[in-house]
Amino acid sequence: MARKSFNMNKVYFTVAAWAVGLLIFFPILWTILTSFKTEAEAIASPPLFLGFDWTLENYAEVQERSDYFRHFWNSVVISLGSTLVGLLIAIPAAWSMAFVPGRRTKDVLMWMLSTKMLPPVGVLVPIYLIFRDTGLLDTRTGLVIVLTLINLPIIVWMLYTYFKEIPGEILEAARMDGAGLWSEIVHVLTPMAVPGIASTLLLNIILAWNEAFWTLNLTAATAAPLTAFIASYSSPEGLFYAKLSAASTMAIAPILVMGWFSQKQLVRGLTFGAVK
Amino acid sequence: MATDHSRLAGRFMISPAVLLLLGWMIVPLSMTIYFSFLNYNLLSPGMEEFIGLTNYEFFLTDPAFFDALGNTLLLVGGVLVITIIGGVGLALLLDQPMWGQGIVRILVIAPFFVMPTVSALVWKNMFMNPVNGLFAHAAKFMGLEPFDFLAHAPLFSIILIVAWQWLPFATLILLTALQSLDKEQLEAAKMDGARKFRRFYYIVLPHLARAITVVILIQTIFLLSVFAEILVTTNGGPGTASTNITYLVYLQSLLQFDVGSGSAGGIVAVVLANIVAFFLMRMIGKNLEA
Repeated sequence: MARKSFNMNKVYFTVAAWAVGLLIFFPILWTILTSFKTEAEAIASPPLFLGFDWTLENYAEVQERSDYFRHFWNSVVISLGSTLVGLLIAIPAAWSMAFVPGRRTKDVLMWMLSTKMLPPVGVLVPIYLIFRDTGLLDTRTGLVIVLTLINLPIIVWMLYTYFKEIPGEILEAARMDGAGLWSEIVHVLTPMAVPGIASTLLLNIILAWNEAFWTLNLTAATAAPLTAFIASYSSPEGLFYAKLSAASTMAIAPILVMGWFSQKQLVRGLTFGAVK
Repeated sequence: MATDHSRLAGRFMISPAVLLLLGWMIVPLSMTIYFSFLNYNLLSPGMEEFIGLTNYEFFLTDPAFFDALGNTLLLVGGVLVITIIGGVGLALLLDQPMWGQGIVRILVIAPFFVMPTVSALVWKNMFMNPVNGLFAHAAKFMGLEPFDFLAHAPLFSIILIVAWQWLPFATLILLTALQSLDKEQLEAAKMDGARKFRRFYYIVLPHLARAITVVILIQTIFLLSVFAEILVTTNGGPGTASTNITYLVYLQSLLQFDVGSGSAGGIVAVVLANIVAFFLMRMIGKNLEA
């Protein structure tokens, strides 16, 4: 009897959860579906769900008309570039804070975190002017610099929480066996640190890919990544739903897939280790 | 245990990160503070002069500031209410036994990975558009007059869009917290005859309190700076109906070229964010000690 009611509960929960899940996912699904319609079908009344002539025309047209892949490439360079530079700076810092903590380590960590709390508009004007005067406006280099700096605190923090979990005794043991600092890093630490570094890399590519304050304010045409490219659809000409959908689908697809792989890291990274 | 040698190496390894962040914080921020005391317009370069607190006086007495402040609070508050209540509900639901839990979870967290400009434009055009949007189709189907969301309820519409983006974040964090709840405690309460609601109120909710606080604080930091969603949907309008502080500063400094006033606004935004940050830092700092 009890067993049967348990199973009924499971059915109810399954139905409810799937209904809510599909409802939340629906705007994305609808965007993907619309990207395969013609412009006329995209605004058909009543709306067409699956019964339309599937076409890839929009994808071709988005690329042809607006050089989509240049913006895509900008996004790749900016998000990957800022993440790699960030890791290069953050790995030594997080390593030393986790393994050779000093009296000030906690203060330094908290202070780094506090820089993340600085609202971007607080420094918008000077950054804009500095960029204008140094020719960094609308360049990928400029965006790599800014995105590296705004994500650096998150990178340091994530790495720190991962490194902290590597037991210090292992280092002691390696040292006892006569391992020098270098072989300690290469043979002992690196293999244990790689998963944490990979997660950090993943989350930060996602954050940089979707960053939409600096990318919108500091780029025009040349260096515009996908966030800024998509924004150009806010004042379109003629029918554009299907093309908007195709451009959007291409812009979110790679990051959506990466995001699904990094669910757990997301929690740790964005709560600065406060929730694990 | 650490030798002087390794301590020195440690300092050497930290310094690039520290120096860069220090530069990132101090240089532009002090420039903003400096600009905020100047009469400085990009259209008349070379005419800058020191005018004391006049920019602050103008910014803080501008009716647009009060609208923007109100909108900022409504936006942050509205999104928080929706995402916290929705997030707790969803986390409880997803924590139940079911088939395909992994897939449902993937569906639920997907919106968080959609870039702000995409989600804003998709909602604006394909859902909220009064002629071709799905909501308009639904209204017509039910014999109702289609509602022009972004023209008549711009702030509410933006709250809806932003809440859709942040609901996954709240859900995911609350679900993570929920899964660390000691299930035996719940079982024991069940044995003792505690009803569902009482179990939720006295055991689950207190357990989630910490995670809820973290969600509130982190989301607030990000929500104070909502920008792209406003830029591509309403441009802050009609009038100032959907202008928040971030957008107002952008408007004054980069569209009206009034660097002085924009900088004063930027500093006001920094002060507001600092109030929230103060509490968040204390929470995370406590965790660091534990």
